[in-house]
Amino acid sequence: MRLFPVRGGIHPDYRKERTSESAIVALPLPAALYIPLQQHIGAASEAVVAVGDVVKKGQIVARSGGVVSAASHAPTSGRVAAVTDFTAPHPSGLPQPTIVIEPDGRDEWAADLPPGIDDPFAADPKAIRDRVAASGIVGMGGAAFPSAVKLNLGTQHKLETLLINGAECEPYLTCDDRLMREFAAEVVDGARVMAHALGAPRVVVGIETNKPQAIEAMTRAAAAFPDVTVVGVPVQYPMGSERHLTQAITGRETPARKLTADLGVVVHNVATARAVHHAVRFGRPLVRRVVTVSGGAIARPANVEAPLGTLVSELVAFCGGFSQPPRRVVNGGPMMGQPLPSLEVPVVKGMSGILALTLDETDEKPSQPCIRCGSCVTICPCGLVPVEMAAFIRHDNLDGAAKSGVMDCVSCGSCSYICPSHIPLVHFFNYAKGALNAKDRERRHLDQIKALAESHALRVEKQAAAKKAAAAAAAAARAQAAAAPLTDDDKANA
Amino acid sequence: MLLDVGSLAVMGVTLGAVLGTAAKLLAVPNNPLEEELQALLPGSQCGQCGFVGCAQYAAALAKGDTPVTLCAPGGKATIEVLAKRLGVSADTDGHEEQAPQHAHIKEDLCIGCLRCVQECSTDAIVGANKQLHTIIVDQCHGCAKCFKVCPTEAIEMCTVPVTLSAWHWGKPRADQAHH
Repeated sequence: MRLFPVRGGIHPDYRKERTSESAIVALPLPAALYIPLQQHIGAASEAVVAVGDVVKKGQIVARSGGVVSAASHAPTSGRVAAVTDFTAPHPSGLPQPTIVIEPDGRDEWAADLPPGIDDPFAADPKAIRDRVAASGIVGMGGAAFPSAVKLNLGTQHKLETLLINGAECEPYLTCDDRLMREFAAEVVDGARVMAHALGAPRVVVGIETNKPQAIEAMTRAAAAFPDVTVVGVPVQYPMGSERHLTQAITGRETPARKLTADLGVVVHNVATARAVHHAVRFGRPLVRRVVTVSGGAIARPANVEAPLGTLVSELVAFCGGFSQPPRRVVNGGPMMGQPLPSLEVPVVKGMSGILALTLDETDEKPSQPCIRCGSCVTICPCGLVPVEMAAFIRHDNLDGAAKSGVMDCVSCGSCSYICPSHIPLVHFFNYAKGALNAKDRERRHLDQIKALAESHALRVEKQAAAKKAAAAAAAAARAQAAAAPLTDDDKANA
Repeated sequence: MLLDVGSLAVMGVTLGAVLGTAAKLLAVPNNPLEEELQALLPGSQCGQCGFVGCAQYAAALAKGDTPVTLCAPGGKATIEVLAKRLGVSADTDGHEEQAPQHAHIKEDLCIGCLRCVQECSTDAIVGANKQLHTIIVDQCHGCAKCFKVCPTEAIEMCTVPVTLSAWHWGKPRADQAHH
């Protein structure tokens, strides 16, 4: 299959060999599971269980809270110990409502799980989407966007390709690699079911060529299906970004503020495809995921399949704890991952890796003045000019930064990585994107307030006018009554 | 008698006509800038800027004799659009950045008097006579008018909490950010 070049990008030291040969191991049930109500992009889910409720594995514990939202399910059988605020696996360390489940150790599936769909390719695409939504599946590559919403794209766009993202371009992470090697058939089946739900005639699986075993396993699993092609894509960070993978496969660049669906392509992660396979074939909701636990400070790096809601500290303990004090613990890969506020936070649906990085593995050199080398411009995979945007942001000119395209930055971190002066470029862009979004929210809130104030004023005015009219009518009636000649009855009475 | 009535009537008609035409010919048009500025303000007439309402603040802004930083419920977003429209630099340094606020009713103190409900210009308070009132936080913009009229001090102003979806990274510190 012909591939197309993608601009920019970097070639970091991948360090995947630490976990790539260790098969996925299941984590024993921890003492408590913490299910946050916001594990996905969109509206938070709403708890449907209360303290003391007995839950079975796979039973819904929080329902979807809006159009873009996702349900959550009990990862094992047990009792709801609390519904309380608990630290989120988020750099802010803010608390968020969380359902705490105490496992009973029996790990029993709920009896009322929906049955598997025997022939999903004969089923109505809507039935598949509903099943995916009911199973609480979100994008498991890290973004955690509700998958059912993405599977709806076929109703509004003419789709040609479902692209399965097995690029896994982040250093250290090997969870997708292992998944493709060990469960290739499940991934391929999930992908074909998704393609049916989307109405996309072909499936392309893109895997970076530094994972030859995964490519081989997936090619073998897909051999029986002429509509599925497995492609090795160049090893070039950030190939796993959906826009860049789409460009490598189709040769077309996704326009700013558009979706890949506008090009007829929808991208899903390999772990998502496997979750869809389980949901559709067996009616099992998303209750576990594979997490790469790695980094120089981890004693025994591994790929661990953990129930959602397991504390990160338990994952780390399972991998032998720390061999030396970590400088930083990161959720995700080293390029785009976010620091964790503490180890006492739960594993969530979008958590692909936990990296305990040593001082040698982090770059904390003080930043120096920019020497105008232009490296950041050359490597920016989005074709932006990081040096210029950062200058705007440094001078608080967020509008200027927005005009130079900061909102089109995918925060891949290549510019920060390459900068010889160690300028925290991507930090500037993350700040600017957050601040611009906050400004936008404030603006929308103000518009809503204005509309409310206007309708209130209008109503008050109307009420005053109505009151006046009623008073006038009453006065007129009184006057008329006073002036009216005596009726026959009155005369008779007189 | 007839003469008096007649002359007064003639004078009245002539003077009326003169005044009427003068009003038309010499009319001062409403300052369009004022209306434009007023449209940029929240329109809740809360008076926290020190003027009677949004229209009066807009008029003062149009004349250029008041800073653009006075609208508390409008926040930074309003300051910026006003400054942009008026072509002045939004000097927010002296302006103390106040985090967005919302009102909250302490349930054990509310007597259900309806005064706050009548005062609210965005219909953000729900309640009936002698029934507990409550605030719809999404519709409240923290103008504090209800706070001022409550006879039992049952209303407090709270800072809108930072949620996970609203949180974002701060600006890199100056020592990390040479250029």
